[in-house]
Amino acid sequence: MLEDRTIAVEPLIRVENLAKHFPVTRGVLIGRTTGQVKAVDGISFTIGRQETLGLVGESGCGKTTTSRLLLRLEQPTAGRVLLDGQDVHALRGADLSRYHTRVQAVFQDPWSSLNPRLRVRETIAEALVVNRRVTRSGKLERVEEVLHQVGLPLSAGARYPHEFSGGQRQRIALASALAAKPELIVLDEPVSALDVSIRAQIMNLLKDLQARQPLSFLLVAHNLATVRYIAHRTAVMYLGRIVEHADTESLYRRPLHPYTKALFAAALPADPDAPRDDMILSGEVPSPIDPSPGCHFHPRCPFAMEQCARVAPELKTIEPGHVVSCHLY
Amino acid sequence: MARVEDRIDVELAAATAADDAAHPRPRGDFARLPWGSFVIIAVLILVAVLAPLIAPHSPTEQSLPDKLLPPAWEAGGSTRHLLGTDVLGRDVLSRLLYGARVSLIVAAVALLAGGGIGLAVGIVSGYLGGRTDSFLMRTVDATLTFPTILIALLLAVSLGPGLKTIAIAITVLIWARFARVVRGEVLAVKTRDFVALARVHGCSHLRIMAVHIVPNVLNTFMVLLTLHIGFVIIIEASLSFLGAGIPPPTPSWGQMVSDGRSHIASAWWLSVVPGAAIMLVVLAFNLFGDWLRDWLDPRLRQV
Amino acid sequence: MAAGAPVVLEVRDLRAYLYTRWGVVRAVDGVSFALREGETLGLVGESGCGKTMTGLSLVRLLPEPAGRIVDGQVLLEGEDLLTKSEPEMRYVRGRRMSMILQDPQTSLNPVFTIGDQILEALRQGRADGGRSLVARAEDALRRVKVAAPEQRMRAYPHQMSGGMKQRVVGAIAVAGEPRVLIADEPTTALDVTIQLQYLALLKEIQARTRLAMLFITHDFGIVARMCDRVAVMYAGRIVETGPTRALFRAPRHPYTEALMASVPRMEGAVTRLPSIEGQPPPLHDLPTGCRFADRCAYVDDRCRREYPPTMAIGPAHEAACWRIERSPSSR
Repeated sequence: MLEDRTIAVEPLIRVENLAKHFPVTRGVLIGRTTGQVKAVDGISFTIGRQETLGLVGESGCGKTTTSRLLLRLEQPTAGRVLLDGQDVHALRGADLSRYHTRVQAVFQDPWSSLNPRLRVRETIAEALVVNRRVTRSGKLERVEEVLHQVGLPLSAGARYPHEFSGGQRQRIALASALAAKPELIVLDEPVSALDVSIRAQIMNLLKDLQARQPLSFLLVAHNLATVRYIAHRTAVMYLGRIVEHADTESLYRRPLHPYTKALFAAALPADPDAPRDDMILSGEVPSPIDPSPGCHFHPRCPFAMEQCARVAPELKTIEPGHVVSCHLY
Repeated sequence: MARVEDRIDVELAAATAADDAAHPRPRGDFARLPWGSFVIIAVLILVAVLAPLIAPHSPTEQSLPDKLLPPAWEAGGSTRHLLGTDVLGRDVLSRLLYGARVSLIVAAVALLAGGGIGLAVGIVSGYLGGRTDSFLMRTVDATLTFPTILIALLLAVSLGPGLKTIAIAITVLIWARFARVVRGEVLAVKTRDFVALARVHGCSHLRIMAVHIVPNVLNTFMVLLTLHIGFVIIIEASLSFLGAGIPPPTPSWGQMVSDGRSHIASAWWLSVVPGAAIMLVVLAFNLFGDWLRDWLDPRLRQV
Repeated sequence: MAAGAPVVLEVRDLRAYLYTRWGVVRAVDGVSFALREGETLGLVGESGCGKTMTGLSLVRLLPEPAGRIVDGQVLLEGEDLLTKSEPEMRYVRGRRMSMILQDPQTSLNPVFTIGDQILEALRQGRADGGRSLVARAEDALRRVKVAAPEQRMRAYPHQMSGGMKQRVVGAIAVAGEPRVLIADEPTTALDVTIQLQYLALLKEIQARTRLAMLFITHDFGIVARMCDRVAVMYAGRIVETGPTRALFRAPRHPYTEALMASVPRMEGAVTRLPSIEGQPPPLHDLPTGCRFADRCAYVDDRCRREYPPTMAIGPAHEAACWRIERSPSSR
């Protein structure tokens, strides 16, 4: 599907062996480092233009840390994030300003994403104001444009966040991400805090926006059905690593990795007669502190073999566009 | 098309209703205001500003034949000196009115300076964190362990008595309290998503502190300011009482209380009148501060 | 499923209002349903529809002093709970009717070990002459699949994961062997694979004890998996009730229809998701007629004027919509 594009042209985002480790310290007076939280443990992926990559996994898998690394809210311990071939963490000055106009974000909680003391139009225009020289009228014009794009009335600009509902606030958050005409928006669970019927509104909006302008999304989510609706490609993360990565249709048609299968089994379909594939995992979602060597998933894997505890599996291509990291293959 | 509508969250409704029930008030927002406090504070400000115009006598004018006159409603009092005279024949009422100026000026200066410093330190410490935070907070801790009056006395003795000294002494005493509370608020605000999003927008740390942090801690800060007015007035009065405050002949309420000590049995009004004034004003500001906090709170919750 | 089983809980025309400074919020405005032994009834709706308030009303734990139950009956095995005194209700809670809430963080007391908290729950319950309380507590933990219960008894809530905490909450809730369990979004805060474990656990407990469950949720996937019957709530009222299969196959209320259509699917073609325009009416300012009228694709004049009565559609399947009268058999 997208192979031709990625070979011929440098993708918008390229992540190479990205890792983020947080030290675990003990001791009151002198902090000793007793371990490492390997939140992200060597992942690689690309995001093309006008493409959506879904990143799924449960708590502790590292998807949120990954999104923060892309947004420069964290510094990587190893690896690189490249935007059009440039290392984003090495940017300074005018290049950095430019970066902020090209990469934006929408977070999960609509109730804490907006500064309650600022009028909506101030929040929306912030990226513009901070990174580019805009006149007052230019600013207001752009605010109106994006309010229109997200389906909010123009009068919303003069109001304060507390006057809006959760769904409307997420639209405002989206508008503020769109204001500087970004090429990539990182969406971290954009609809999970919203009511079911409102989710559909926002998801349709995201799809429409992508169809009309050169916009890519990194969609971090735990709800597989939501991801399926918007993402062109999907990567499944577990304990800091990508265990499977494929074109969305390919992944959903034929999940390969045991964890992916468990996730699919846990995504309860809204159909009482759907066949029950009760792959119930034993144990807890483990902590990413000093995980065991070998495959990170083996303690809970129903198909674990002897070598899984010793050797970490490599990412192998099983079919075009579909890679998986598992000794079963 | 989405409508901008006032939606009521059922949980919020329950929470504010519980709050309303805990503070039962007659119907109508109008009656809920702390009128008593408003009046007293308004009178205080008016009196301080207009003292030269309303005072019947000069506060320093001595009149020995008229010394130790009781207040007008007592036997022996006179309407020329409504609240009596002190041991040097000076009119108590006039001294009271001029004394209000001292209290207010000291309070205003000390609060602005101390509050300002405390706000700045709290914001920087809370937002930047790390070593800056550790260092600043150790300084705060050290300041807070000083015995209040002792420090003020030491400063007064080394710098010489006067308005400036008292203002400095009080500033040094209160900035740390503000810094600590503000830092706590900043830590809470810092975790909210809009701060991270401001960084994603490309805002500098300075802009984030000014535009995103400060406005969201201002409510707490204002309440803290109001609640400290009483404290500051009492410190000033105590210092003046101990002789380390405003030097005579400028009247200061604390000084007046101190001067009247030796005559407490015979000329009670010398200490009681200024003492009552202090008490009333401090009470008014405390009630005002309480009301302000309650008034701002549900609005905060709605946001 | 449990068709002939005795009715354990019957709710008749329950009304619970919140008296606030904005007016009277009609959180629960005439809700009726019945729950049989061994059966799970799903109470579905979006935020603000009143489902949580309904759950709280059943155990009479509405937020005070704003919340008041103003009308209706809650019959637990024939006895009206609304006529009981507070001491009598304290006996009912935990022993005859129990509740699990959404957030395991706040359901457990952080300063007591979980052993202490289970023991306290057991002390309230029936006396079991044979075994010591501690043994029973360890059993309770074993039954909710907590490994090494002897050690876990001494652990504090913050030392446990969300899933495990929720299991402890479940253990406490069923320790008194209640007849009815009200579960208010118990898995919303859990990861999906943990959720699957937990739901399986609840089903197991139910099968063993013939517990009747009221499962409050907004997730249709959970409803499809867990519930025998479903009641859909909107703006304080139940708009449709029926057996799960019937509701999913042929929903008759436009809200149920629209809500289900707006949920993305795992299979099938990826077509455009229909969404419901607008918002629910404010609960302190409700319209006279049908509350869904403003957002309904099939609305007509009568809908705005009169609130539709609940009408039968099929066996144990009913909905409150004028359309049913217009075209009783088909959509």
